[in-house]
Amino acid sequence: MAILGALNPMLTVGLDAASDSAWRLDAYVKRGGYAALKKILAEKTPPEQVTAEVKKSFLRGRGGAGFPTGLKWSFMPKAYAGDKYVVCNSDEGEPGTFKDRDLLLFNPHSVIEGMIIAGYAMGAGCGYNYIHGEVWAVYTRFEEALAEAAAAGLLGKNILGSGFDFQLFAHHGYGAYICGEETALLESIEGKKGQPRYKPPFPASFGLYGKPTTINNTETFAAVPFIINMGGDAYLETGKPNNGGTKLFSVSGHVNKPGNYEVPLGTPFSTLLEMAGGMRGGRQLKACIPGGSSAPVLPGTIMMDCTMDYDSIAKAGSMLGSGAVIVMDETTCMVKALERLSYFYYEESCGQCTPCREGTNWMYRIISRIEHAQGRPDDLDLLTSMTPNIMGRTICALGDAAAMPVQSFVKHFRDEFAYHIENKKCLVPPDVQRAGSGFFKATV
Amino acid sequence: MLTTESQKKIDREIAKYPDGQQQSAVMAALAIAQEEQGWLSSEAIEAVANYLGMAPIAAYEVASFYTMYDLKPVGKYKLTVCTNLPCMLSGAVDAGEYLKQKLGIGYDETTADGKFTLKQGECMGACGDAPVMLLNNRRMCSSMLPEQIDKLLSELE
Ligand SMILES: Cc1cc2nc3c(=O)[nH]c(=O)nc-3n(C[C@H](O)[C@H](O)[C@H](O)COP(=O)(O)O)c2cc1C
Ligand code: SF4
Ligand code: FES
Repeated sequence: MAILGALNPMLTVGLDAASDSAWRLDAYVKRGGYAALKKILAEKTPPEQVTAEVKKSFLRGRGGAGFPTGLKWSFMPKAYAGDKYVVCNSDEGEPGTFKDRDLLLFNPHSVIEGMIIAGYAMGAGCGYNYIHGEVWAVYTRFEEALAEAAAAGLLGKNILGSGFDFQLFAHHGYGAYICGEETALLESIEGKKGQPRYKPPFPASFGLYGKPTTINNTETFAAVPFIINMGGDAYLETGKPNNGGTKLFSVSGHVNKPGNYEVPLGTPFSTLLEMAGGMRGGRQLKACIPGGSSAPVLPGTIMMDCTMDYDSIAKAGSMLGSGAVIVMDETTCMVKALERLSYFYYEESCGQCTPCREGTNWMYRIISRIEHAQGRPDDLDLLTSMTPNIMGRTICALGDAAAMPVQSFVKHFRDEFAYHIENKKCLVPPDVQRAGSGFFKATV
Repeated sequence: MLTTESQKKIDREIAKYPDGQQQSAVMAALAIAQEEQGWLSSEAIEAVANYLGMAPIAAYEVASFYTMYDLKPVGKYKLTVCTNLPCMLSGAVDAGEYLKQKLGIGYDETTADGKFTLKQGECMGACGDAPVMLLNNRRMCSSMLPEQIDKLLSELE
């Protein structure tokens, strides 16, 4: 169990961390589950009204971009006569992020209910949940939860006698970060390589099998039943203006209690850090990536002044992204950290666009040679001159995601990179780095 | 090439997708074939393609795009170590080195007795439990410090 704490929780409210059965349908119903769906079906709430409530809540997409969910739903064509789809993005592969895994393991019916309501609001009769291949236990559990829901008449034809039909299926990935990008994900469901599509056309007009499709993150769907139950205004109030609701943060790295924490948006970073047990070994916070590996890194001092919401983190020069908080203490070598991240983007580029395919490889080679005592005096300028030639010049945002860490690491920790180039070694001695990781239980 | 049991499993996957879209089941079908045979030979990929009525090259494209498919034989136990940054901060690089030493092989190698294959992987969406490693694509092993690694290796016969 890695949902380790919460402040005013919604998504994890009443969840007994130790229980093996809290994920089951009857336990979810006892916590108030499926009340939102039942209410909408019983009252025959007009679909536009459901979307309007979501708009009012200022729920913003939890997958990375923070796009307003209600607005996205309103892009789906209303008068379209053919099939429409709702797709859940549980291909959680953004380094640092492990919240959707726990949401699906411990509260799968909240996602199912959210997807059925989304289907109702957008007039879609079928949905898929695309689940990251590495977390197989999540896939099997989700299939079990689907079977429970179907047996209870909550999925399938004529749901609870309302006349509304909605089918929902699980689809698993098999190891490709790029399938988290929504159009690559659609290609992957169609049984192809996961290579992103050109946009436009956007999925709302040409999505899965060429039909109107809306893709949302797991946590986004899970929030929907709560919005319907409490009303959009009340949901917004639990967060802060423009940042409705609570959010799951995956805290990893140099903290005492890495895990998932649910807090209202706008909670101070220092509170979250405290909930995660504080810094490992009582050491200093050197840097933090607040929103998954693609978000710009921030120095510890700036991070300590932030609150955890889209606007505060953006103002500080980064992104709330997926809510993956990667904490690095003074034992971290920033060059080595960036070397590993740039290897990841090079490895995961799907290879369609030249700036991304070649750029990720080139950036990795330069950073790697700095790390391995082969750096050249003009390497830092070279790196900073490269990033603008990748960003905004590719089919999907992986190019930007690869460039932003490079830009921000070099900007905030330039001296450390320069030291590396000049002295051909780490500013942080290798044995200190190793001790910081705690693998051999050594202390600094 | 595919056992009737595998075919049954694949049929269940095909049923998830609209009529005429059985190609959507290719990822699941390849995973099922790999589970049955240990790895994906060209013949296995072709059998999956034929079963789904798609071109073998299209199935091969999928098999070669996603990293959890093994296009070469692997040991009885495939251990994939996540070494991405969040895991690295909690000792994943050392965990990999420790395994290399214990098994006497490097990444992408198999022990001479065919028992273990070691791989380096990317973020598995389990960073809170770092260091993590995935056993045979199915079992996630968490908090893999030296004692836990020793214990795991002694369990694997
Ligand atoms: C390279 C890349 C990887 C992504 N990975 C994920 C992911 O793992 N999960 C996710 O929900 N969104 C991911 N996204 C964002 C999706 O494209 C999409 O914006 C999101 O699923 C929309 O859901 P939301 O509006 O609810 O956030 C990724 C985007 C890119 C460019
Ligand atoms: S930006 Fe990179 S990952 Fe995205 S489509 Fe282009 S090559 Fe593929
Ligand atoms: S970085 Fe290892 S599981 Fe995420």
